[in-house]
Amino acid sequence: MDEYEDDEFDGPVKKFMFVNRKAPYGTVYALEGLEVVLIAAAFDQDVSMVFADDGVFQIKKDQETSGINMKNFSPTFRALEGYDVEKVYAEKESLEARGLSEDDLVIPVEVLSSSELAELMDTQEVVITF
Amino acid sequence: MALLHTVNKSPFERNALSDCLRRAKDGSAVLLIEDGVYAALEGTFATDEISSRTGSVNFFALAPDIEARGLGNKPLIDGITLVDYGGFVDLVEEYSSVQSWL
Amino acid sequence: MKLGILVNEGPFTHQASDSAYQFTKAALEKGHEIVRVFFYHDGVNNANKLSEPQSDDRNLVALWSELAQEHGVELTVCVAAATRRGIKDELLAAGFQISGLGQLVEAGIVGDRLVTFGD
Repeated sequence: MDEYEDDEFDGPVKKFMFVNRKAPYGTVYALEGLEVVLIAAAFDQDVSMVFADDGVFQIKKDQETSGINMKNFSPTFRALEGYDVEKVYAEKESLEARGLSEDDLVIPVEVLSSSELAELMDTQEVVITF
Repeated sequence: MALLHTVNKSPFERNALSDCLRRAKDGSAVLLIEDGVYAALEGTFATDEISSRTGSVNFFALAPDIEARGLGNKPLIDGITLVDYGGFVDLVEEYSSVQSWL
Repeated sequence: MKLGILVNEGPFTHQASDSAYQFTKAALEKGHEIVRVFFYHDGVNNANKLSEPQSDDRNLVALWSELAQEHGVELTVCVAAATRRGIKDELLAAGFQISGLGQLVEAGIVGDRLVTFGD
């Protein structure tokens, strides 16, 4: 993880939303995206994490990556709770379109519909999409 | 608060535009940039997706990207406003935050 | 308006860096303040001073350096992403610096807007 440390950060708290739309392993965005989320949480920001479209595949259980010689980073999602990132959402339509249910996921999420997600996005001050 | 959404991929290559429009609220803006400007063309399968929302979402396309791709003399969807990079900056200022649909 | 810019892709393969550059230039021309331009993922390759485009093509690395030198724009390359991709201090073009992801988050906090350019 990054060597940056959260010393005495006492600045403003903004609503940061991280939108994960890409599947893991085919590209690096999922892994490197997660690193940013953890740093934002370390800065005591109000972080929401959203898994939508192919992003829901990032939190699919049972990832076994030894055959492709890449790090399985899905266990890192369990660290979110330790960093006080509790607002973790998955989009209902994205899960359903991909035949996934909450039982398939490595972490508990709050499932939101597209329209609920749209409402939530509207309230955010900084939106970063990976 | 209303968002500015940017879409930079062609609707024929990726779902980004559809994914964006599914979550774009009324009153928000969508700016097509880079290959995303192909969605501005009249008469494609993407046309209805955009036309059905032009009443409630403000659509823009980056003119330098339109011209670069030789689309300057093709009919564009009614309701899309062309802007330059300065206009892009103004849109970022006008809307409350920016979501890039990568 | 204070702007943070995030560039997720390297020069040439994607238009992202070009779009980010044109946007940043337009923002400066309008008198806005750039908090920083943060380079992440393959965006770190925009800092590579060894980049040598053809003479009749734009040199994005040099263009970014110019923005730093002429307008004081802070160009920050993520250390973790850079290290993975072999972008080290000795390779940095003028005006670029290597720092942590905290700088991206900070740009989001102190800026009025954060705009992302990527794939």
